[in-house]
Amino acid sequence: MYDAGKIIVGLVVFFVLATSPLWFNALTEKGPEAPKLVYPTNGSTECVETKDYMIPNHMDLLNLWRDDVVRKAKRDYVSSSNGKIFDMSLSRTCMDCHSNKAEFCDACHTYMAVTPYCWDCHVEPKGAN
Amino acid sequence: MGALVSLVAVAVLALLAFVAVASDDLRLVFGAVIPGVAFAVFLVGILARVIRWARAPVPFRIPTTAGQQKSLPWVKNSELDNPSGTLGVVGRMFLEVLFFRSLFRNTRVELITDREKVNYIGTKYLWAAAMAFHWSMLIVVFRHFRFFVEPVPQAVEIVQYLDGFFQVGVPVIYATSVLLILSLGYLLLRRLADAKVKYISLPTDYFALYLLLAIAISGFLMRHLEKVDIVNVKAAIAGWASFQLVVPEGVGALYFIHVFLVSVLLVYFPFSKLLHAPGVFLSPTRNLANNNRAKRHINPWNPPIIGHTYAEWEEEFHDKLVASGYVLDKE
Repeated sequence: MYDAGKIIVGLVVFFVLATSPLWFNALTEKGPEAPKLVYPTNGSTECVETKDYMIPNHMDLLNLWRDDVVRKAKRDYVSSSNGKIFDMSLSRTCMDCHSNKAEFCDACHTYMAVTPYCWDCHVEPKGAN
Repeated sequence: MGALVSLVAVAVLALLAFVAVASDDLRLVFGAVIPGVAFAVFLVGILARVIRWARAPVPFRIPTTAGQQKSLPWVKNSELDNPSGTLGVVGRMFLEVLFFRSLFRNTRVELITDREKVNYIGTKYLWAAAMAFHWSMLIVVFRHFRFFVEPVPQAVEIVQYLDGFFQVGVPVIYATSVLLILSLGYLLLRRLADAKVKYISLPTDYFALYLLLAIAISGFLMRHLEKVDIVNVKAAIAGWASFQLVVPEGVGALYFIHVFLVSVLLVYFPFSKLLHAPGVFLSPTRNLANNNRAKRHINPWNPPIIGHTYAEWEEEFHDKLVASGYVLDKE
């Protein structure tokens, strides 16, 4: 091998970078497991939409609500899963059941490194910090 | 023709993943086993290829690069284009690897028939699209770190913040996602639109573009249109990175297509033109100082030169020389 010194250094750098998630995970104490969510404790069993819809798409719903409320002054949301009417409000409707931001919203958002800008305008519920 | 063959190839691969999702056993194969094997092939393939390259001797510095070589003190030399030492080489490599300087200076010849004139024009769109693609690709790959490690390093969050600075849509549409698809689209159209470029394009040229485009588009769709439960996705992918064989639940066919096409890309990488990624570091016209005249470079495959000095010759024919009255050096 020619210029072995430089090439081996380059290959080691490549190898370490390419496998970095492996040793990163091996070195950190946290496991790869998904966070356990705390589900509503106020007796409510029904969300605005089905759970299967809400998990991947809740941000779309919130965005829609924001636009309807702020731009069209529309407050009533008719659920497509059960036809019930809900008040379009993050702090009242959503947080009424999911009252603990730290254990509900933040659990997954921190896990996924997502930083939604809800709380740029909304006041965080008490006890969140 | 090549364009069509490659398109069909990528479509068949995507379809394969799409069909496989129906069966639980194949979900495990496509969602965990194949990606793991593909990553191993990628790693070993690249290492083996670079080591193979490194075994080729480089006897001479290639002097025919743009720029004046360092020679007499009153001849102004170009240290960056024709470096005489390590510092210049580092500068030239830096600009080449990060900013594609040689592509920036690329020109193409155009014949203006009605004026009987030849024009040399720059290909700055090609350079711009190449830059947009490669940098976006780097940032997109880096952003995917959030799926592999827990906790997510802050550097990833900073990149995400800057990338999604304009806060368009929810989830935020990243600038690099759009740039990646647009630049790949341009690079593909460039091959198809210009008859001369089309003529010299091979199926492998199109295959890489279609494959990357399919990966980028499936990823974009998964983030913005046909959303998946990314918490489950991360639990599975971070699981791989902790040596667990798991498949996420609550994800659609799009996820499997994305993952399978990435696996194909990883396997394809060490055997294709995509090897220019490590290859650029080993370009002899970029990474060697032009010191042919200042230093002696011995060709490593030269046979050993067996000399026969005058003293040895005198020794060999000593008696005969003495007999003939020859005056020897020795005495």
